[in-house]
Amino acid sequence: MEKKNIPQDSSALKSMTREVYYVKNSDGKYETGLSSGWSVKNEALDNAWEDIKEQVEEAKKAVLDGHKSSIYYYFTLQLMDYKVLSGYTGFWKVSIKKHMTSKGFKKLSDKKIEKYAKAFNINIDELKKFRG
Amino acid sequence: MIEDYTHMQTAHCENGVVTGLLKHQGLDFITEPLAFGIGSGLLYIHLPFMKVSGGPAISFRTMPGAIFNRTCKSLKIDLVRKKFKDELKAQQFLDEKIAEGIPIGCQVGVFHLSYFPKEYRFHFNAHNIIVYGKKNETYNISDPVMESVTTLTEGELNKVRFAQGVLAPKGHLYYPKSGFSVDNELIRRGIVKGIKRTINDMLYIPGRVIGVSGIKYTANKVKKLRDKLGERQAGLYLGQIVRMQEEIGTGGGGFRFLYAAFLEEASAYLQDDRLISISEQITKAGDLWRSSAVQMAGIYKGRLTEQKDFNDVTNLMYEIAEVEKYAFKKLAKLKLKY
Repeated sequence: MEKKNIPQDSSALKSMTREVYYVKNSDGKYETGLSSGWSVKNEALDNAWEDIKEQVEEAKKAVLDGHKSSIYYYFTLQLMDYKVLSGYTGFWKVSIKKHMTSKGFKKLSDKKIEKYAKAFNINIDELKKFRG
Repeated sequence: MIEDYTHMQTAHCENGVVTGLLKHQGLDFITEPLAFGIGSGLLYIHLPFMKVSGGPAISFRTMPGAIFNRTCKSLKIDLVRKKFKDELKAQQFLDEKIAEGIPIGCQVGVFHLSYFPKEYRFHFNAHNIIVYGKKNETYNISDPVMESVTTLTEGELNKVRFAQGVLAPKGHLYYPKSGFSVDNELIRRGIVKGIKRTINDMLYIPGRVIGVSGIKYTANKVKKLRDKLGERQAGLYLGQIVRMQEEIGTGGGGFRFLYAAFLEEASAYLQDDRLISISEQITKAGDLWRSSAVQMAGIYKGRLTEQKDFNDVTNLMYEIAEVEKYAFKKLAKLKLKY
């Protein structure tokens, strides 16, 4: 790629930085150049987020319908996997799965719910009185 | 604060930390392409049976940490590495080293990294930054992917140093031991060794998922996506490939331009013009990767919807595999000496 062809589209990174590209200068030698973004990859990132948003909406519905507990909602919202949540709470994956059902959640002590609240960086009431 | 620490922006965080720390210790010649090439950063791998956010688990570079280890080993530089169980001890150790005037590399997770834009904050735990000072409970941070330096509070830095999940950093920090000297012969040897390892990685690893054959493996999957997943899921799959290939840190074209830049530098060190023509080949591969990204974007933007359009991506990837195979075979035939 030549330096003059570095894409200068807008991107989510704009507020933080421009990024480095390795490109050919007019003498055919490599040097670096800065890009503010490329629409081709912006679109890929946007799609990924679109998909996440849908999953979050589905999770919210599942909680409000009583199929899942609020832990499942925040787990989805914060893009976690079991390894992440297990790391922050100290609970095993099987336990977390149980706590994600509304039945399992009802049996949880406040002390345990507090651990989840801390992992999600939210207030314990947001888990106990979930309104979406 | 380490007053004379000079921030350097690079394409990739790990190359950037290696380059930044070694330069600070007096290794003037080191550049990002050189660190990447000596550390054999270039690769292609498609892990089967694994999914990452609806897409394939693929990578255009070697595993986290490997570049730093290999580069330092090749240049006979000793590294100090530490991990911690306890957050407080991790902080104390870091504070002591900074007080001694040593800039420190830290592995961090990006989900809680406050200066990253929200759209980029996933539970990715192999980001690397340099801490080069502390004042009023605030750390001076040089993040190699950024144009300028930034800061993190004690709480913020501890949080990202102890992020959880895959590759959890566990407070991991590292720095090169001072007192090394690297002469021209050692650099040339490192370059040749690094190139040979990459030739092997790209051409001769058994199985179908690593190196040139890995590219073909992905290509064959792409052809079947439309029937197998439907247009929308197929679009997410292709989007994941584009992100791994082009996201911040790659230098464009799935690290291929960065590697081509390395070969250009290598040709000067080894005084071997033949490397220039191979650098051109790798540049061509990078350009083709960019074209394939444009074609894939056509699909996930919904502009291209036919099976033929998927076949075009597959064909492009096959072409890339051939270009890279040819380039590395030719590189192997040079029988480089230092």
